[in-house]
Amino acid sequence: MLEIFQYPFMQRAFIVGILIGVIIPLIGMIMVLKRLSMIGDALSHTALAGVAAGLAFNINPIFAAIIFSVFSALGIEKIRKAIPKYGEIAIAVVMSTGIGLAAILSDYVKNANFHSFLFGSIVVITNFELILVVGLSFIVLLTLSLLYKELFYITFDEESARLAGIPVAIIRFIFTLLTAITVSVSSRIVGTLVISSMIVLPVATAMQIGKSYWQTTVLSVIISVTTIVLGLFISFYSDFKPGGTIVIINVICLIISLIRFKKQ
Amino acid sequence: MDNIIEVLDVGFAYNGNQILNKISFNIPKGTFTGVIGPNGSGKSTLVKLLLDILSPNEGKIKIMGMDVKKFKEWNKIGYISQKVNTFNGAFPATVEEIVRANLYSKIGLFKRPRKFHKSLVDEALDKVGMLPYKKNLIGKLSGGQQQRVFIARVLVSEPEILILDEPTVGIDAKSEEAVYCLLARLNKELGITIMMVTHDIGAVTVHADRLLCLGDKGLMIHNTDSNLSREQVSEIYGYHINLHSHACDKCKWKAGGTC
Ligand SMILES: Nc1ncnc2c1ncn2[C@@H]1O[C@H](COP(=O)(O)OP(=O)(O)OP(=O)(O)O)[C@@H](O)[C@H]1O
Ligand SMILES: [Mg+2]
Repeated sequence: MLEIFQYPFMQRAFIVGILIGVIIPLIGMIMVLKRLSMIGDALSHTALAGVAAGLAFNINPIFAAIIFSVFSALGIEKIRKAIPKYGEIAIAVVMSTGIGLAAILSDYVKNANFHSFLFGSIVVITNFELILVVGLSFIVLLTLSLLYKELFYITFDEESARLAGIPVAIIRFIFTLLTAITVSVSSRIVGTLVISSMIVLPVATAMQIGKSYWQTTVLSVIISVTTIVLGLFISFYSDFKPGGTIVIINVICLIISLIRFKKQ
Repeated sequence: MDNIIEVLDVGFAYNGNQILNKISFNIPKGTFTGVIGPNGSGKSTLVKLLLDILSPNEGKIKIMGMDVKKFKEWNKIGYISQKVNTFNGAFPATVEEIVRANLYSKIGLFKRPRKFHKSLVDEALDKVGMLPYKKNLIGKLSGGQQQRVFIARVLVSEPEILILDEPTVGIDAKSEEAVYCLLARLNKELGITIMMVTHDIGAVTVHADRLLCLGDKGLMIHNTDSNLSREQVSEIYGYHINLHSHACDKCKWKAGGTC
């Protein structure tokens, strides 16, 4: 067996990496096609504020990130309802709050650990985090697969979906919660600054190749998992930050797919 | 005759800007009604009121005898909005996936589609002549073909009413004629009640039984067989209009075929 798999911390990194590799593009498909990628960006910044708060006050940073981003997700939905025509204002407000809080709170963080949440790291994942991430990833995965067809319809045409009897408001709400969870659990390995790219890139690549919605979904998962695993390998042997490595690999994949699979 | 849609003294304003003023009309079951009127006269607004996307400030709307606010069987109503052909063209979905979507509420939450649902999709695609394209990506079809897919999507849930808001915008004349013929066929052969908003007065006078005209002076209803005169239409639109109708002897009601 390869040396890399003998380290328990790497085994954990791979488990978490593969799980988030599956759920990020599933969320990403909908975000990209509904042109909501900005929400992922906003939530990742509030997740960062959560991480900072966690590190400053000695709470598990991932746990704190989940709390912060779930509340911001609810906030985004609230503001969007209040000013329906200008949904992006809600996103901007939450994003600025996230950046502001993260900046202030990070001053209270004593150790250098904070930095690793920006671009990801393969440092020790605690037992608590492993259970949290595995449990939440399974919940996200289960919910997304149960709501697959409804989410497809809402993503394609929300008005018709409502007319066809799909409970659009509830499902949208659930989806926003899932996004918040996904962004937070990904912050350790890929890093908060990199998550929004991971939401977009594998999906963009898959869209160049896929011949149906289902195929595109499956492809985006394959691309995402493969690139994350590859990124972890490279990061282990080279000391590059995993988040940055993963994003660069994805950019290369996208460029190749744009050249190779240009759909006519 | 049964009225499938009843509108009584309905008024509507967007933030105090009165668009519809005490409008009343009925749509009898099985008819083909064309809705015409100049830009901004409130045609799309009227459609949105019927679909409960907007709520009237006054008056009553009934669908299948039921107040629109209490109406639940939305799957019996097929709606094709004015903006369908502005959807995201890069959306990676096949014709089949899109048509199947309208069966989702019937299939039920958390359940997967069965063989039987697949055959319903095929049937609907066949009705609009798009079965050979079922594995194609929607974004790669022509405007007219996309519009037929959207018609198939509403047909798959076996609607009793079809409401279309300018379904032929951005479609070439030949495909446009094919869409009209298809609608007329659905109306004659399957007995589906159709209400269609359009600016193509020529074609609509050929295919529709009745014309609903929205204008400054409110609403007028004409029977198309009583021959709407050029003066009447010009008066509604407020400027001179030529009533040139599309030749439609090409339209033969071949069962299962397209025009
Ligand atoms: N969401 C809205 N808010 C405010 N005013 C609106 C809104 N939608 C439409 N209006 C106004 O209501 C009027 C009627 O609009 P509507 O879309 O119903 O017209 P229409 O008859 O469908 O026109 P067209 O032929 O261009 O489709 C217009 O003057 C328009 O400016
Ligand atoms: Mg309109």
